[in-house]
Amino acid sequence: MILSEINFAVLVASLIVASTPLVLAALGELVVEKSGVLNLGVEGMMIIGAVTGFIVGVETGSAYIGMMAAAMAGALLSLLFAFIILIMQANQVASGLALTIFGLGIAALMGHPYTGIKSPQISTLSIPFISEIPVLGTMFFQHDLIVYLSLISVLVIWYFLNRMRAGLILRSVGEDHDVAHSLGYRVVTIRFLAITFGGAMAGVGGGYLSLVRVPQWTEGMTAGAGWIALALVVFSGWRPFRLLIGSYIFGGITILQLNLQAIGVNINIALLSMAPYLATILALVVISMSRFRGNRGAPGCLGRSFVKIT
Amino acid sequence: MNNKIENTLFQCRAINKEFGNVRANNDISINVRSSQIHALLGENGAGKSTLVKIIYGLLQPDSGSMTFLNEEYSPKSPKDARALGVGMVFQHFSLFEPLTAFENILVGLDKELGEKELHASVIMLSESYGLEVNLSSFIGDLSAGERQRVEIIRALIQKPKLLIMDEPTSVLTPFECESLFKTLKKLASEGTSILYISHKLKEIADLCDTASVLRKGAIVGEYDPKKMTPRELGEIMVGQSLFEPKRPVAANKSNKVLSVKINEVKPDTQFGVTLKNIDLAVFQSEILGIGGVAGNGQEELMQVLTGEKKDRNVSIKYMDNDIEMLNPRERREIGLAFAPEERLGHAAVGNLNLLENSLITDPNKRFQMKMGFIDFSELNEYTNEIVEKFNVKTTGVSALASSLSGGNLQKFVVGREIGQKPSLFIVNQPTWGVDALSAANIRQAIVDIANTGAAIILISQDLDEILEISNKVAFLTNGNLSIPTNTMDIKTDEIGAIMGGISD
Repeated sequence: MILSEINFAVLVASLIVASTPLVLAALGELVVEKSGVLNLGVEGMMIIGAVTGFIVGVETGSAYIGMMAAAMAGALLSLLFAFIILIMQANQVASGLALTIFGLGIAALMGHPYTGIKSPQISTLSIPFISEIPVLGTMFFQHDLIVYLSLISVLVIWYFLNRMRAGLILRSVGEDHDVAHSLGYRVVTIRFLAITFGGAMAGVGGGYLSLVRVPQWTEGMTAGAGWIALALVVFSGWRPFRLLIGSYIFGGITILQLNLQAIGVNINIALLSMAPYLATILALVVISMSRFRGNRGAPGCLGRSFVKIT
Repeated sequence: MNNKIENTLFQCRAINKEFGNVRANNDISINVRSSQIHALLGENGAGKSTLVKIIYGLLQPDSGSMTFLNEEYSPKSPKDARALGVGMVFQHFSLFEPLTAFENILVGLDKELGEKELHASVIMLSESYGLEVNLSSFIGDLSAGERQRVEIIRALIQKPKLLIMDEPTSVLTPFECESLFKTLKKLASEGTSILYISHKLKEIADLCDTASVLRKGAIVGEYDPKKMTPRELGEIMVGQSLFEPKRPVAANKSNKVLSVKINEVKPDTQFGVTLKNIDLAVFQSEILGIGGVAGNGQEELMQVLTGEKKDRNVSIKYMDNDIEMLNPRERREIGLAFAPEERLGHAAVGNLNLLENSLITDPNKRFQMKMGFIDFSELNEYTNEIVEKFNVKTTGVSALASSLSGGNLQKFVVGREIGQKPSLFIVNQPTWGVDALSAANIRQAIVDIANTGAAIILISQDLDEILEISNKVAFLTNGNLSIPTNTMDIKTDEIGAIMGGISD
């Protein structure tokens, strides 16, 4: 059986690595959308994160410093978006698209001298004892810090949104900004913070791509990951845990089909490459169709400009 | 007089506020004394809402000063106002529909309270003031009355000394109004002052100790509503004498316009009402009033009549044609017109302007020239006529429907439908949130088209309105319609019996 050539434990471990950029970027966007802002610039912020993270990583020799720089770069770019849509009250869809195009262009320019260089290594943090467990240890407990952080952030963001007052306020702003304003909440400030957080998360996601996942810089290396992240947010029904599942399905099938291609399975390559996208959509549609009725999906004010009525 | 000033809880002096060229508040001074229910009375656009937004810190006045508890008071935000002891319940509820009642209360608080502690105080409040609410239900699933109770609890939990209520009864059923009044009277007797905004004159006479009347942004005077008739107050409010529309002279019994028979129609949602055993007919030049407490099938009946919901168990005959399988557009084409209750998003499209809203509801292509081009001059003329005739306050016919206040949009919607010169006009809550003078105008317009031969079905929760202009009345209870009777023959206490036992 040809499939036996694939080591299952290693497969799972690499799917987690492959999915982590998605998890990070999508989580950030989830928070942004929960505050009522649609930022279509995820792809742009990711690639800016990727190139900045890579450059700083190479220059300092530390992948972690690179990762931090990636977060800052993503956040910085998102501030531009925040300014345009919150202060200038421009259309969110158009501004987000522009952000992506801008990010892709400037990343290509910045990264040009760094093409083909190898990035500094990031060390794996094997968790004592449990990483020794056969199979399971290899799958889950021999990863780098960022992977663990991404998983913790799923938990933290869920807790923040559903169990904390600040999260409730953020959701209220996203559901109905006029009401939130009339209660005395500062819609613009809250959205500014959310957008910046989303930018930082997308930046880290990008940084993880160029510093760990690939790891090197090539132009346009995000290859639509930002768009997948956006789609995951919607299909997950704005829920962190479903988002994690969705990301792992996508990452998993990506890895699986690469492995299948590598061992030369007799399936058309076009079909194999298509598989992750199809499977993700299918899985998430099924999830949102069945059991979870009463699913209150999109935030009420998603994508709408807040105009203060005086 | 001296005594009164000593008891002053809140005072504002010479408040001015301008929006562009409009003077919304012009030198307004009022005095709210402690433990009093103080009415702020005025028509739509008289400046009531602006004034209370200033008091609640949502707006800053251009000039003028306020004192609260004998201290200078100038809130920069609602948070400041709440911290000092001013609470507010909004007319269009400031609640988040996808959140639960509990979350809504939580988000309105300024400090973090433990969940248990909050639960306990909410339950205490709801028991002592009769404000029953299921805390875990989503706001979207609650009735207007329940939503309002959530808002009141949210305001009361911060122990306000002054509670502002902005047109609290405009969405309530008579029963809900009564229980609200009990709550408010109890609050006042315990030392909370209430600034009560309304344009409903009868309830002000019932409830309020003092009434400040606003007209066109300025104070007309302060009155004692207990010593005046609602009519007198109303005339002060509108600045002219009020007229009462008369019901259509005579129904033309030889010409049946519509007959409806419904065995059973199940609702689309679990919160809906099942319509049962409905049998009604309406003749030319006749107004059939359908009364009843909200949520007893009004919405569902309206959907069946408009064709938004089609069902095999319904038979609708319109001038000898079976029309139950026609969709709303097809029904409009043959002479029916509808004005549903929900103005924004149902009766009108918020993001389209008034011209466009006239255009899309016109079934007969009268604003269409050859090759599908729009006849803008005709459309302009038609829309301007509605705005003028129904006194719609707007910046112009190219203003977005969503920019109009609720009452003004209502006038526009009714005007637009009547302008189609329908043979049958079905309207749900035509004067909901509309001030006294405009409400009288709308009723008169409905009577006028009835007198020229149209048949009218008037669904309304305003009993006075139904009794005033309908020839026949019937009541909806739990999806059942009572047998229509002549308005003349019905006694008020009978109505209570018909509607009895249905109040929640």
